[in-house]
Amino acid sequence: MENQLIFDLTMMVAKILVIIACTLGLAPFIVWFERRGAAWMQRRVGPNRVGPFGLLQSLADVMKFAFKETFIPKNANKFYYFMAPILALIAPMCALAVIPFGSKIIVNGQEVVLQVAQMDTGVIFVLAFAGLEVYPIILAGWASRNKYSVLGALRGSSQIVSYEISMGLALLSMLIVYGSFNPHDMVSWQNGTLFGFLPRWGALVNPFGALVFWIATFAETNRLPFDLPEGESELVAGYHVEYGGMRFASFFMAEYVAMIMASALLVTMFFGGYNMFPGMGILVEVIGNKMSFGEIGLQNTKAFFEFASFFVKVSFFMFVMVWIRWTLPRFRFDQLMDLGWKILFPLSLINLVLVTIGVYYFNS
Amino acid sequence: MGTINISKKYTAKQKSYLPAILIGMKITLKRFIQGFFFRQHDTIMYPEQRRKYSDRFRGMHFISVDPNKTENCTACYLCETVCPAECIHIVADEREEELNPYGVKKEKKPVSFDIDALRCCFCGFCEEACPKDAIKLSGNYELAVSSREEAIYDLDHLKRNMNGRQEKL
Repeated sequence: MENQLIFDLTMMVAKILVIIACTLGLAPFIVWFERRGAAWMQRRVGPNRVGPFGLLQSLADVMKFAFKETFIPKNANKFYYFMAPILALIAPMCALAVIPFGSKIIVNGQEVVLQVAQMDTGVIFVLAFAGLEVYPIILAGWASRNKYSVLGALRGSSQIVSYEISMGLALLSMLIVYGSFNPHDMVSWQNGTLFGFLPRWGALVNPFGALVFWIATFAETNRLPFDLPEGESELVAGYHVEYGGMRFASFFMAEYVAMIMASALLVTMFFGGYNMFPGMGILVEVIGNKMSFGEIGLQNTKAFFEFASFFVKVSFFMFVMVWIRWTLPRFRFDQLMDLGWKILFPLSLINLVLVTIGVYYFNS
Repeated sequence: MGTINISKKYTAKQKSYLPAILIGMKITLKRFIQGFFFRQHDTIMYPEQRRKYSDRFRGMHFISVDPNKTENCTACYLCETVCPAECIHIVADEREEELNPYGVKKEKKPVSFDIDALRCCFCGFCEEACPKDAIKLSGNYELAVSSREEAIYDLDHLKRNMNGRQEKL
């Protein structure tokens, strides 16, 4: 009994550590990649002085931030001013808890599901914390008592309201298809093939829902072309204009963690989650037969490949975020509202109705 | 009279905006591949590589010297007079005859010759005005200093060994 408790605790801590290592640990690398990638797209070189290929540039930046003075603007609401960056970092990290990053591994003869929190209402949990992501923007903008920050906060809140609806409708259409709130069930639904050769990914079953959700993730993470709360050219830096040092760094880091979270959610919902790429299943069997792993080893090898495919998929969508950033200019605010309310909202509503009819037709 | 309506009807393809995004993404991806795989970039890696400016580029000032390391300046004040930024300050004195190998050619000398580089606008009027070709602007564009005092060039600094812009090394 006690051994079981210790085993569960160790496994839980290990899974949490994997999540933290893959988000906070990789965030500096993603920042580096964003800067290098941006430079390559603009025929520049980018940071290449600190460490090999400039890889340590982000660490140097963090060092600089850590040694900076803590500055609190006069008249700022201190409690909310300090709470905002913490909340910004916590919200996307919590949402990652229910994203499955592999089916299961077998340790000590026991099955360990590769997901931190196995919840039946996983998608609701993710949506709750994704919705929480706008609170730090509003809090930071309001608490620092600066006109630019308040404008950024206003933009952030109205943008999120106009996008969460079409995002929610896109998710709802997928929930109807999967018939479950549990991310694990969703991923296992996507295991299989369409017409015998296409992977049965949500994006291929419901392409329009995937497109709407994809567009909404850009707005959700305040990335270009929807980075209106920041809007450097109009609002100086938007909601974090009064933040410096480590507090700014946590906002900056939170943006990248939110990017990882949004990409992971997108992959889980629409791009097969941890399901392996077509053809990788054969590879796993070949390796298993060559090494004569037995059933346990085969399952663990499979889990490793599943984690690798999940990682590759998420990385691809992170790359697309960087790619889009340097392709599209920022939307004007009314254009964004038009897109959110007049185009995406009705279209996703129609899509939801069509998907419902389709699911009813196929299931009966 | 009347307004001209220049707004045009967009086709459904243009309105949907996605084809245009894909075209844009194709271009950025091409640039990314060029940068990532083929290392094509227009950056000049500055401290290692230096840009070659044109010969007409006007940089840090200097005063030309004769073979005896005596400055060619005769403290005629023409440059100080013509300077639109009023950054040249000369104090003139008589030149001792034994130190002057060319006899009467240079009767005056500058005791001090200060150029305030922070005020200077690098117009090159002093160079044009100088009858002795003494004050010149070099091609040196690295003018950064660590204090304001260092930005005021005195006679010793200006008499350093330098080549003019048109003279080849």
